[in-house]
Amino acid sequence: MATDALLFYAFAGVTVIGALLVVSQKNPVYSVLSLIGAFFGLAGLYVGLEAPFVAVVQIIIYAGAIMVLFLFVVMLLNVPREDAAEWDRSHPLYRPMAVRIGAAMAVLLALELGWALSRATDIGGAVNAEPNERISSVAELGEVLFTRYMFAFEVTSILIIAAMVGAVVLARKRQE
Amino acid sequence: MISGQLDAVIPMLCVTLAGLVVLLAEAFRGRDERMPIGGLAIIGLLGAGAATMLLWDSGAEDSFGVVSADKFGLFVNLILVVVGLLTVIFSSQTIERDKLPAGEYYAVMLFAIVGMMLMGQATDLLVIFLALETMSIAVYILTGMRRDQQQSTEAAFKYFLLGAFASSFFLYGIAFLYGVTGTTNIDAMSTKIAAQAMSANPMILLGVGLLIVGFAFKIAAVPFHMWSPDAYEGAPTVVTGFMSTGVKAAAVAAFVRVFLKGLDPLILDWAPVLWWIAAATMIVGTVVGVAQTSVKRMLAYSSIAHGGYILAGLIAGNEAGKAAILFYLAAYALTNMGAFGVIALLGTRERANDDLRDYAGLWHSHPGLATLMTFFLLSLGGFPPTAGFVAKWYVFSAVIGATETGSIDTAAATGGYTLAIIGLLSSVVSVFFYLRIVVMMYMTDRDARPVPPPVPAIAMAGLIISLIGVLYLGVLPTRLIDFAQASISTIF
Repeated sequence: MATDALLFYAFAGVTVIGALLVVSQKNPVYSVLSLIGAFFGLAGLYVGLEAPFVAVVQIIIYAGAIMVLFLFVVMLLNVPREDAAEWDRSHPLYRPMAVRIGAAMAVLLALELGWALSRATDIGGAVNAEPNERISSVAELGEVLFTRYMFAFEVTSILIIAAMVGAVVLARKRQE
Repeated sequence: MISGQLDAVIPMLCVTLAGLVVLLAEAFRGRDERMPIGGLAIIGLLGAGAATMLLWDSGAEDSFGVVSADKFGLFVNLILVVVGLLTVIFSSQTIERDKLPAGEYYAVMLFAIVGMMLMGQATDLLVIFLALETMSIAVYILTGMRRDQQQSTEAAFKYFLLGAFASSFFLYGIAFLYGVTGTTNIDAMSTKIAAQAMSANPMILLGVGLLIVGFAFKIAAVPFHMWSPDAYEGAPTVVTGFMSTGVKAAAVAAFVRVFLKGLDPLILDWAPVLWWIAAATMIVGTVVGVAQTSVKRMLAYSSIAHGGYILAGLIAGNEAGKAAILFYLAAYALTNMGAFGVIALLGTRERANDDLRDYAGLWHSHPGLATLMTFFLLSLGGFPPTAGFVAKWYVFSAVIGATETGSIDTAAATGGYTLAIIGLLSSVVSVFFYLRIVVMMYMTDRDARPVPPPVPAIAMAGLIISLIGVLYLGVLPTRLIDFAQASISTIF
């Protein structure tokens, strides 16, 4: 048990530090690299949860494929280093505003936690009498995906087609 | 119908099919060929409406495991079909004027409606989340569709960022609830929570709190309303109408189902939190609305305040409260679509014409539009004999009824009476800004500004249909109230 807890905190630490580095780095390439670190931490957490398939997918798809795309985009667009002076007040991502929104969200989460803890009388009590069923192997995962979660799986396709149409509409060149 | 299993999703299938057909039609359209693409959308929506009616009459309660064709969901479906039809009718002028890509516009709008319908019908938190995302992503796109306007792009971007935050809160909440109860199914969750008396567990309260944040964002309740005035102002006006009615109806439907069914055993924990949110929403929406000079922005704040009134029904939590929410959504959808429809018709390519001054002397240039707008504004303010009056009366009588029967806490300041009084006072204050537009239209002389464009006949017909609905619900509300009561009796 002690090793479990130790590994959990180690991977959780990697994830949180990675995520913090993503937002604090000035150079976008470093941000992307930190994000890969955070994804590796997450993959470690998934292994701890006995979900090896999700862990592998996390690394192959997120840390691998998607982050490589990110890196290429960052490099091809030649995104400059963020510089405070360049943040124009009218920019929609005007920096102090982004920081303020982030701070507001953090306060919100803290308030939530405070509320939940203040109302709770049984901290550390049994959470779920019967443990959730474990779906860890690829075969089991495939089975529930195409039986119990079939509908959810199909709905995702509508979500994706809407997002694709939107990406094309918003990104294509103006015809005029 | 086809097979018992698929019945529940037929309305959604109709709309999805229409969306795909619209996309294909656009793809095969010649460069300058004109095609009645809006007509295809209307056919799909009418099909969905017809399917909903058939399911209603057949009394089929069958489900897909995660989707249920119960009367509650079907009622919301009908509201969404009406919202969709009105949006399509008002859109043609906007599309022509702002040179929006018609095929993509209608397709994305239809996909948004699919997401909304699914939110009303889903009985599983996972599917509700997917529905929420489908709806939200489609609406972000619609908001940013006017790419030549910086304001529109900025609005879409802000909406997208804050919406993404809200979705992550929502998902986090689902994760906690799943962790504690071991299920994402709303019914199973409710029995489990009741059986194991888990209200003392901090994890489940954390999950409930995160879900409240996620839903409150989507219905633009204070203090999670920051995105809405900007997004409403920046979006094309027709889309604003669609967002303020459709998104709100869908989010409220899911909110009611999750909280009054799945999390009902915890009502003593979450009702006080919602009390504060509802009170703040009514007050802030009204007070800040008074200070606005843009009519669109003013109606955005009015829409925030209306979210507060709907939440009051949710807090009441009794039979009357649930039925009142459904009635309110229907009345509000018709009224707000009408009001935003009028604003959309007044805009030109160069200017949105949504400043309060632009309404000066509208009565002289567009007597028809001015009359319609007057009725819609009176309904928003809650004057008899309009739908808005009955809706507000119904919600507040539900709150008072719940207080009298003791189902909500009567003690302390956060009682039902206080909430009803706050609601009534804020309605009275809101009348000020609705009537200000009316005074502008009738009693102020037109200055040198250009006269707004003439109104196409079909849009006028849409407005008149909304007006008939608003007056019908205001004068003879019993029929719809009966329907609303029948709807909630099937699921709670």
